[in-house]
Amino acid sequence: MKLSEQLVVDSSSDKFIVGSRKFNSRLLVGTGKYKDFKETKDAISESGAEIVTIAIRRTNIGQNLDEPSLIDFIPPSDFTYLPNTAGCFNAEDSIRTLRLARELLDGHNLVKLEVLGDKETLYPNVIETIEAAKVLVKDGFEVMVYTSDDPIVAKMLEDIGCVAIMPLASLIGSGMGILNPWNLEIIIKNSSVPVIVDAGVGTASDASIAMELGCDGVLMNTAIAEAKNPIMMARAMRKAVEAGREAYLAGRMNKKLYQADPSSPLSGLIK
Amino acid sequence: MKIWVNGEIKIFDENLTVYNLVEEIGVLNKKFAVECNGEIIPKSNLQDTLVKEGDKFEIVGAVGGG
Repeated sequence: MKLSEQLVVDSSSDKFIVGSRKFNSRLLVGTGKYKDFKETKDAISESGAEIVTIAIRRTNIGQNLDEPSLIDFIPPSDFTYLPNTAGCFNAEDSIRTLRLARELLDGHNLVKLEVLGDKETLYPNVIETIEAAKVLVKDGFEVMVYTSDDPIVAKMLEDIGCVAIMPLASLIGSGMGILNPWNLEIIIKNSSVPVIVDAGVGTASDASIAMELGCDGVLMNTAIAEAKNPIMMARAMRKAVEAGREAYLAGRMNKKLYQADPSSPLSGLIK
Repeated sequence: MKIWVNGEIKIFDENLTVYNLVEEIGVLNKKFAVECNGEIIPKSNLQDTLVKEGDKFEIVGAVGGG
Protein backbone atom coordinates (compact mmCIF):
# COMPACT_ATOMS: atom_id res chain seq x y z
CA MET A 1 0.00 0.00 0.00
CA LYS A 2 1.33 3.41 -0.87
CA LEU A 3 1.94 5.81 1.99
CA SER A 4 -0.56 8.23 0.54
CA GLU A 5 -3.23 5.57 0.77
CA GLN A 6 -2.67 4.93 4.45
CA LEU A 7 -4.80 6.76 6.92
CA VAL A 8 -2.26 8.93 8.70
CA VAL A 9 -4.35 10.41 11.44
CA ASP A 10 -1.48 11.34 13.67
CA SER A 11 1.51 12.72 11.82
CA SER A 12 3.73 11.98 14.82
CA SER A 13 3.57 8.32 13.78
CA ASP A 14 5.16 9.29 10.46
CA LYS A 15 8.80 8.47 11.24
CA PHE A 16 11.72 9.35 9.05
CA ILE A 17 14.10 6.39 8.88
CA VAL A 18 17.63 6.82 7.59
CA GLY A 19 19.85 3.75 7.73
CA SER A 20 19.69 2.43 11.29
CA ARG A 21 18.32 5.67 12.76
CA LYS A 22 14.81 7.03 13.23
CA PHE A 23 13.79 10.69 13.31
CA ASN A 24 10.70 12.85 13.61
CA SER A 25 11.87 15.91 11.69
CA ARG A 26 12.35 15.72 7.95
CA LEU A 27 14.23 19.00 7.85
CA LEU A 28 18.01 18.68 7.97
CA VAL A 29 20.03 21.83 8.43
CA GLY A 30 23.57 23.05 8.05
CA THR A 31 25.47 24.95 10.72
CA GLY A 32 27.45 27.30 8.49
CA LYS A 33 27.16 30.99 7.52
CA TYR A 34 25.45 32.23 10.70
CA LYS A 35 26.41 35.51 12.38
CA ASP A 36 27.52 33.72 15.52
CA PHE A 37 27.00 30.47 17.42
CA LYS A 38 24.07 31.93 19.34
CA GLU A 39 22.21 32.58 16.11
CA THR A 40 23.16 29.11 14.84
CA LYS A 41 21.71 27.56 17.96
CA ASP A 42 18.52 29.65 17.94
CA ALA A 43 17.82 29.04 14.27
CA ILE A 44 18.43 25.31 14.49
CA SER A 45 16.30 25.04 17.57
CA GLU A 46 13.46 26.90 15.80
CA SER A 47 13.79 24.67 12.72
CA GLY A 48 13.09 21.57 14.79
CA ALA A 49 15.86 19.77 12.88
CA GLU A 50 17.39 16.72 14.52
CA ILE A 51 20.13 16.11 11.96
CA VAL A 52 22.71 18.87 11.55
CA THR A 53 25.62 18.93 9.17
CA ILE A 54 29.08 19.94 10.32
CA ALA A 55 32.39 20.38 8.53
CA ILE A 56 35.79 19.00 9.52
CA ARG A 57 38.66 21.47 9.51
CA ARG A 58 42.12 21.97 10.97
CA THR A 59 41.97 23.20 14.57
CA ASN A 60 43.56 26.48 15.53
CA ILE A 61 46.94 25.89 17.06
CA GLY A 62 47.58 27.63 20.35
CA GLN A 63 45.38 30.62 19.57
CA ASN A 64 42.13 31.58 21.29
CA LEU A 65 41.90 28.31 23.19
CA ASP A 66 38.97 29.54 25.22
CA GLU A 67 37.06 30.63 22.14
CA PRO A 68 33.64 28.94 22.11
CA SER A 69 33.18 26.17 19.60
CA LEU A 70 30.19 24.96 17.60
CA ILE A 71 29.99 21.87 19.80
CA ASP A 72 29.37 24.00 22.90
CA PHE A 73 26.25 25.45 21.26
CA ILE A 74 25.02 22.45 19.28
CA PRO A 75 25.90 19.57 21.60
CA PRO A 76 26.20 16.14 19.96
CA SER A 77 24.05 14.77 22.78
CA ASP A 78 21.07 16.82 21.50
CA PHE A 79 21.52 16.40 17.74
CA THR A 80 22.61 13.79 15.22
CA TYR A 81 25.74 15.15 13.62
CA LEU A 82 26.16 14.67 9.93
CA PRO A 83 29.82 15.37 9.15
CA ASN A 84 30.27 16.42 5.55
CA THR A 85 33.09 16.46 3.03
CA ALA A 86 32.45 19.99 1.79
CA GLY A 87 35.51 21.31 0.04
CA CYS A 88 36.68 17.89 -1.16
CA PHE A 89 37.19 17.55 -4.90
CA ASN A 90 38.18 13.89 -5.09
CA ALA A 91 37.30 10.53 -3.57
CA GLU A 92 40.53 10.22 -1.59
CA ASP A 93 40.15 13.52 0.29
CA SER A 94 36.52 12.86 1.10
CA ILE A 95 37.24 9.35 2.43
CA ARG A 96 40.08 10.73 4.54
CA THR A 97 37.86 13.51 5.90
CA LEU A 98 35.07 11.14 6.92
CA ARG A 99 37.46 8.71 8.60
CA LEU A 100 38.76 11.64 10.65
CA ALA A 101 35.16 12.62 11.41
CA ARG A 102 34.41 9.13 12.66
CA GLU A 103 37.44 9.25 14.96
CA LEU A 104 36.49 12.76 16.11
CA LEU A 105 32.93 11.69 16.89
CA ASP A 106 33.90 8.50 18.71
CA GLY A 107 32.87 6.02 16.04
CA HIS A 108 29.78 7.85 14.70
CA ASN A 109 29.20 6.43 11.22
CA LEU A 110 26.36 8.48 9.67
CA VAL A 111 27.98 10.84 7.18
CA LYS A 112 27.28 13.13 4.25
CA LEU A 113 29.44 12.44 1.22
CA GLU A 114 29.82 15.27 -1.25
CA VAL A 115 32.57 15.35 -3.82
CA LEU A 116 32.58 18.59 -5.73
CA GLY A 117 33.47 19.04 -9.36
CA ASP A 118 34.61 22.64 -9.52
CA LYS A 119 34.76 25.76 -7.39
CA GLU A 120 32.47 27.80 -9.63
CA THR A 121 29.37 25.64 -9.60
CA LEU A 122 30.13 23.28 -6.69
CA TYR A 123 28.39 20.76 -8.91
CA PRO A 124 28.95 17.18 -7.75
CA ASN A 125 31.61 15.07 -9.43
CA VAL A 126 29.57 11.89 -9.64
CA ILE A 127 32.47 9.69 -10.84
CA GLU A 128 34.51 10.49 -7.73
CA THR A 129 31.37 10.34 -5.57
CA ILE A 130 30.66 6.78 -6.73
CA GLU A 131 34.27 5.73 -6.04
CA ALA A 132 34.18 7.23 -2.54
CA ALA A 133 30.77 5.74 -1.77
CA LYS A 134 32.00 2.22 -2.57
CA VAL A 135 34.94 2.53 -0.17
CA LEU A 136 32.94 4.19 2.61
CA VAL A 137 30.06 1.70 2.53
CA LYS A 138 32.55 -1.19 2.64
CA ASP A 139 34.25 0.54 5.58
CA GLY A 140 31.02 0.51 7.63
CA PHE A 141 29.79 4.06 7.07
CA GLU A 142 26.12 4.91 6.62
CA VAL A 143 26.46 7.23 3.66
CA MET A 144 24.00 9.99 2.80
CA VAL A 145 25.17 11.13 -0.58
CA TYR A 146 24.93 14.48 -2.34
CA THR A 147 24.55 14.01 -6.06
CA SER A 148 23.16 15.49 -9.25
CA ASP A 149 19.53 14.94 -10.22
CA ASP A 150 20.54 12.19 -12.66
CA PRO A 151 18.24 9.20 -11.97
CA ILE A 152 20.81 6.66 -13.24
CA VAL A 153 23.54 7.94 -10.94
CA ALA A 154 21.06 8.05 -8.05
CA LYS A 155 20.22 4.39 -8.63
CA MET A 156 23.90 3.45 -8.82
CA LEU A 157 24.54 5.14 -5.47
CA GLU A 158 21.60 3.30 -3.94
CA ASP A 159 22.87 -0.03 -5.31
CA ILE A 160 26.28 0.65 -3.76
CA GLY A 161 24.52 0.81 -0.40
CA CYS A 162 24.10 4.51 0.38
CA VAL A 163 21.39 5.03 3.04
CA ALA A 164 20.00 8.23 1.49
CA ILE A 165 20.21 9.80 -1.94
CA MET A 166 20.47 13.58 -1.84
CA PRO A 167 20.03 15.19 -5.24
CA LEU A 168 20.44 18.92 -5.66
CA ALA A 169 17.43 21.12 -6.34
CA SER A 170 19.81 23.68 -7.85
CA LEU A 171 23.38 24.80 -7.19
CA ILE A 172 24.64 24.88 -3.58
CA GLY A 173 23.88 28.21 -1.93
CA SER A 174 22.10 29.57 -5.03
CA GLY A 175 18.56 29.66 -3.64
CA MET A 176 17.24 29.03 -7.14
CA GLY A 177 14.74 26.44 -5.94
CA ILE A 178 13.73 23.20 -7.65
CA LEU A 179 14.81 23.37 -11.26
CA ASN A 180 13.91 19.88 -12.36
CA PRO A 181 10.96 18.40 -10.48
CA TRP A 182 10.57 15.81 -13.24
CA ASN A 183 13.96 14.24 -12.58
CA LEU A 184 13.36 14.34 -8.84
CA GLU A 185 10.11 12.44 -9.35
CA ILE A 186 11.92 9.75 -11.34
CA ILE A 187 14.55 9.45 -8.60
CA ILE A 188 11.87 9.23 -5.90
CA LYS A 189 9.89 6.63 -7.82
CA ASN A 190 12.95 4.42 -8.36
CA SER A 191 14.46 4.70 -4.90
CA SER A 192 13.89 2.38 -1.98
CA VAL A 193 16.02 4.53 0.33
CA PRO A 194 15.10 8.07 1.44
CA VAL A 195 15.50 10.83 -1.15
CA ILE A 196 16.43 14.16 0.36
CA VAL A 197 16.67 17.36 -1.64
CA ASP A 198 20.01 18.87 -0.75
CA ALA A 199 21.07 22.29 -1.99
CA GLY A 200 19.31 25.07 -3.84
CA VAL A 201 16.24 25.62 -1.67
CA GLY A 202 15.67 29.37 -1.38
CA THR A 203 12.43 29.84 0.46
CA ALA A 204 9.65 27.96 2.22
CA SER A 205 7.63 27.10 -0.88
CA ASP A 206 10.67 25.34 -2.40
CA ALA A 207 10.80 23.05 0.62
CA SER A 208 7.06 22.37 0.41
CA ILE A 209 7.30 21.55 -3.29
CA ALA A 210 10.13 19.09 -2.62
CA MET A 211 8.05 17.34 0.03
CA GLU A 212 4.91 17.36 -2.13
CA LEU A 213 6.87 15.64 -4.88
CA GLY A 214 7.43 12.83 -2.39
CA CYS A 215 10.91 13.62 -1.12
CA ASP A 216 11.57 12.13 2.30
CA GLY A 217 13.36 15.21 3.58
CA VAL A 218 15.04 18.48 2.73
CA LEU A 219 18.54 19.62 3.67
CA MET A 220 19.37 23.31 3.66
CA ASN A 221 21.73 25.86 5.13
CA THR A 222 21.95 29.13 3.21
CA ALA A 223 18.19 29.61 2.83
CA ILE A 224 17.95 29.95 6.60
CA ALA A 225 21.34 31.45 7.44
CA GLU A 226 21.17 34.19 4.82
CA ALA A 227 17.55 35.18 5.41
CA LYS A 228 17.19 38.66 6.89
CA ASN A 229 15.67 36.98 9.93
CA PRO A 230 17.18 33.49 10.12
CA ILE A 231 15.19 32.49 13.20
CA MET A 232 11.87 33.29 11.54
CA MET A 233 12.95 31.59 8.30
CA ALA A 234 13.94 28.49 10.29
CA ARG A 235 10.41 28.37 11.66
CA ALA A 236 8.95 28.90 8.18
CA MET A 237 11.04 26.01 6.86
CA ARG A 238 9.88 23.72 9.66
CA LYS A 239 6.26 24.48 8.76
CA ALA A 240 6.93 24.21 5.03
CA VAL A 241 8.47 20.75 5.33
CA GLU A 242 5.65 19.59 7.58
CA ALA A 243 2.99 21.08 5.31
CA GLY A 244 4.55 19.57 2.20
CA ARG A 245 4.81 16.17 3.84
CA GLU A 246 1.20 16.22 5.01
CA ALA A 247 -0.01 17.38 1.61
CA TYR A 248 1.90 14.49 0.03
CA LEU A 249 0.44 11.98 2.49
CA ALA A 250 -3.04 13.45 2.17
CA GLY A 251 -2.89 12.95 -1.58
CA ARG A 252 -3.66 15.99 -3.65
CA MET A 253 -6.79 16.35 -5.77
CA ASN A 254 -6.50 15.64 -9.45
CA LYS A 255 -5.78 18.58 -11.69
CA LYS A 256 -8.67 19.32 -14.03
CA LEU A 257 -7.26 21.36 -16.82
CA TYR A 258 -9.51 24.14 -18.14
CA GLN A 259 -12.49 22.69 -16.30
CA ALA A 260 -14.10 24.36 -13.29
CA ASP A 261 -15.92 22.36 -10.64
CA PRO A 262 -18.08 24.36 -8.21
CA SER A 263 -17.71 23.67 -4.52
CA SER A 264 -21.27 24.82 -3.76
CA PRO A 265 -24.31 22.93 -5.05
CA LEU A 266 -25.79 24.23 -8.28
CA SER A 267 -29.26 23.07 -7.25
CA GLY A 268 -31.56 24.87 -4.78
CA LEU A 269 -30.64 28.31 -6.00
CA ILE A 270 -33.20 31.04 -5.24
CA LYS A 271 -35.27 32.08 -8.19
CA MET B 1 62.94 17.93 16.62
CA LYS B 2 61.06 19.57 13.81
CA ILE B 3 57.53 18.47 12.93
CA TRP B 4 54.60 19.83 10.95
CA VAL B 5 51.27 20.48 12.64
CA ASN B 6 48.43 21.60 10.38
CA GLY B 7 50.92 22.87 7.85
CA GLU B 8 53.00 24.85 10.37
CA ILE B 9 56.54 23.93 11.41
CA LYS B 10 56.85 23.32 15.17
CA ILE B 11 59.91 22.54 17.26
CA PHE B 12 59.55 20.14 20.20
CA ASP B 13 61.89 18.21 22.51
CA GLU B 14 62.37 14.49 21.94
CA ASN B 15 60.30 11.89 23.83
CA LEU B 16 57.02 13.60 23.10
CA THR B 17 53.94 11.42 22.80
CA VAL B 18 51.09 12.36 20.51
CA TYR B 19 49.01 12.81 23.66
CA ASN B 20 51.57 15.40 24.89
CA LEU B 21 51.44 17.10 21.49
CA VAL B 22 47.66 17.41 21.54
CA GLU B 23 47.85 18.73 25.10
CA GLU B 24 50.50 21.22 24.02
CA ILE B 25 48.37 22.39 21.09
CA GLY B 26 45.53 22.90 23.55
CA VAL B 27 42.75 20.79 22.09
CA LEU B 28 42.88 17.85 24.51
CA ASN B 29 39.58 18.70 26.15
CA LYS B 30 37.85 19.48 22.85
CA LYS B 31 36.53 17.17 20.15
CA PHE B 32 39.43 16.39 17.86
CA ALA B 33 41.00 13.74 15.67
CA VAL B 34 44.66 13.26 14.85
CA GLU B 35 46.28 12.01 11.69
CA CYS B 36 50.03 11.40 11.42
CA ASN B 37 51.59 11.02 7.98
CA GLY B 38 48.17 10.20 6.53
CA GLU B 39 47.23 7.60 9.16
CA ILE B 40 44.63 8.21 11.85
CA ILE B 41 45.91 7.72 15.38
CA PRO B 42 43.00 6.41 17.48
CA LYS B 43 42.50 8.25 20.77
CA SER B 44 43.27 5.03 22.63
CA ASN B 45 46.80 5.03 21.13
CA LEU B 46 47.74 8.66 21.71
CA GLN B 47 49.73 7.96 24.87
CA ASP B 48 51.63 5.06 23.34
CA THR B 49 52.65 6.80 20.14
CA LEU B 50 55.88 8.79 20.04
CA VAL B 51 56.30 11.82 17.81
CA LYS B 52 59.23 11.46 15.40
CA GLU B 53 61.36 14.02 13.58
CA GLY B 54 59.64 15.14 10.37
CA ASP B 55 56.20 13.78 11.25
CA LYS B 56 53.33 15.55 9.56
CA PHE B 57 50.27 15.93 11.75
CA GLU B 58 46.76 16.99 10.91
CA ILE B 59 44.65 17.82 13.95
CA VAL B 60 41.02 18.51 13.11
CA GLY B 61 37.87 19.63 14.84
CA ALA B 62 34.22 20.25 13.95
CA VAL B 63 33.14 23.61 12.52
CA GLY B 64 29.91 24.99 11.11
CA GLY B 65 29.10 23.82 7.60
CA GLY B 66 26.29 22.93 5.26
